[in-house]
Amino acid sequence: MDAATLLSRFPATQDLAGKDMPTFRVAGADLLAAVRFLRDEQGFDLLADLCGAEWPDRPTRFGVVLHLLSTAGKEYVRLHVDAVDDRVPSVAALHPGANWHEREAFDMFGIVFEGHPDPRRILMWDGYPFHPLRKDFPLAGIEVPLPAADVAAVTGQTVEPAPMMGGPFVSPGGKLSEGEPSALDQSWTEQHPKA
Amino acid sequence: MKITKEISLGDVAARSEQLRGENMTLNMGPSHPATHGVLRLSLELDGDKVVKCDPVIGYLHRGDEKIAENMTYNQFVPYTDRLDYLAPLANNVAYALAVEKLAGLRLPPRCEAIRVLCCEMARISSHLLGIGVYAMDTGAWTVFMYTFNEREKLYTLFEELTGARFTTSYTRIGGVTRDLPEGWLKKVDAFCDGVLKTIDEVDKLLTRNGIFLERTEGIAPISKEMALAYGLTGPNLRASGGTFDLRKDKPYSGYEQYEFDVPVGTKGDCFDRYLVRMEELRQSVRIVRQVVKTMPGGAWYAEDAKKIFLPPKAKVMTKMEELIQNFMLVTEGPQMPAGEVYFEAENPKGALGFYVVSQGGGVPYRLRIRGPSFVSLSILPAIVPGNFLTDIASILGSLDFVMGECDR
Repeated sequence: MDAATLLSRFPATQDLAGKDMPTFRVAGADLLAAVRFLRDEQGFDLLADLCGAEWPDRPTRFGVVLHLLSTAGKEYVRLHVDAVDDRVPSVAALHPGANWHEREAFDMFGIVFEGHPDPRRILMWDGYPFHPLRKDFPLAGIEVPLPAADVAAVTGQTVEPAPMMGGPFVSPGGKLSEGEPSALDQSWTEQHPKA
Repeated sequence: MKITKEISLGDVAARSEQLRGENMTLNMGPSHPATHGVLRLSLELDGDKVVKCDPVIGYLHRGDEKIAENMTYNQFVPYTDRLDYLAPLANNVAYALAVEKLAGLRLPPRCEAIRVLCCEMARISSHLLGIGVYAMDTGAWTVFMYTFNEREKLYTLFEELTGARFTTSYTRIGGVTRDLPEGWLKKVDAFCDGVLKTIDEVDKLLTRNGIFLERTEGIAPISKEMALAYGLTGPNLRASGGTFDLRKDKPYSGYEQYEFDVPVGTKGDCFDRYLVRMEELRQSVRIVRQVVKTMPGGAWYAEDAKKIFLPPKAKVMTKMEELIQNFMLVTEGPQMPAGEVYFEAENPKGALGFYVVSQGGGVPYRLRIRGPSFVSLSILPAIVPGNFLTDIASILGSLDFVMGECDR
């Protein structure tokens, strides 16, 4: 992995001194060129993973993390991209395998991939109103209408939050003891259901 | 008899536009025996030729990544069972290794050897099922009975080792739940003798079986370039001629000590994917035998990692220090340094990756699961069109995926 060339060719790139693999923060504008450089000149021919993430301590709320693998050089490289205005260029044209990963990152975080060939949700159904992996989305879920409108019309069913004790649970982050996911209302149990 | 009109070939050619029917849209799944779980394929058909294939996934989505952010590292181990639920032991090991990489923890040789044994037995179990149902989908019912018989024996061994046949939850961060039972290795060795015979039998039943060949040879070939572009790993990549195997190329848990070959295909068609899995079975048996023969003694968990692995129960009940350690670990979780780590293990279905982001403490800030089945299925829109509807059963069987891991 030739870090010097990557840094000199894309001056906005930051070396994050990754502990387990070379890690860089790449500007969104440079992403396609940087991935192409890594693929064609450095041998990183396999996109191992692409995922979204929500960062608490960065100016942009969301970011995308790419892990590229060189099957010949037997090494990984990690690229961080900040999603400015929740937007990141799509790398699906360079690595077709990114197509589904990017759909998932959009589904889970609402990150928009510019130039994506098929920008739909993938795990949740079309028309689902939320992005569940965002930190402010409760663990139990939020009540939404049933995706099958004809069934809902007859049964009156909705998609209900998970039957957890109390809730809502929100991912705490940090120390467990300070933000342990526990029920807000502890007054009821399985034997004594909530009124 | 009076001939009213002679139909010539020219007439048919002229009317070919009229004869052309409409394309038909067909939903295959989400509850269909060939889709191996809740996968739905939205197909567009011209006659019985597939024109377009759009996989619809997410029916088994449980939000594992969200759940992981709300519990300690050890509490998530049972959830990893339910990723690739045909090889839970291998998932347990991959997850534990990822978190241990974050902690920078080194494990004693016995623990590493036990984990290699787990991974390879899980691979045998997964491939036996994969080949069995693949054969069943292409019309060979007997093979399924043979392989399931062996798989049951394997599950009995798993039960003795972990206490559960299916959802094993065997690893903990920094070790495993318990040491090997007495005399268990001998039973594993005896199982190896039996399974090799079954593999030979399956080989005789399938490898030169005319029907099986007709249904798999030359169907849906994936070139090496295409496999890499779509990020395929594991047997699916190697059937296409890629040689990458994490056990050889990025050895973990002491895989470098064992001798084994990595089978590689040439054409990347459905038949090559079958052949690669058959040979992987034999190589896994070879590794299992080596581990059984060289199983080191000593500790089976990281004894010095006091903030990560639970102390022995006897000491918890009698010693103050261990009691406090046990209490802290259960309530706060194993303490991890802040940082990010990505680790992939060579699972039966391909590379299972975990990207763990920690802000310190006992709960992951973000846990991303890269499921090989998700990646394997993403290639379907590229390889299915142009094949017949009946070929889909072969293609799905040959990709050997699990929806639990795809939808997470």
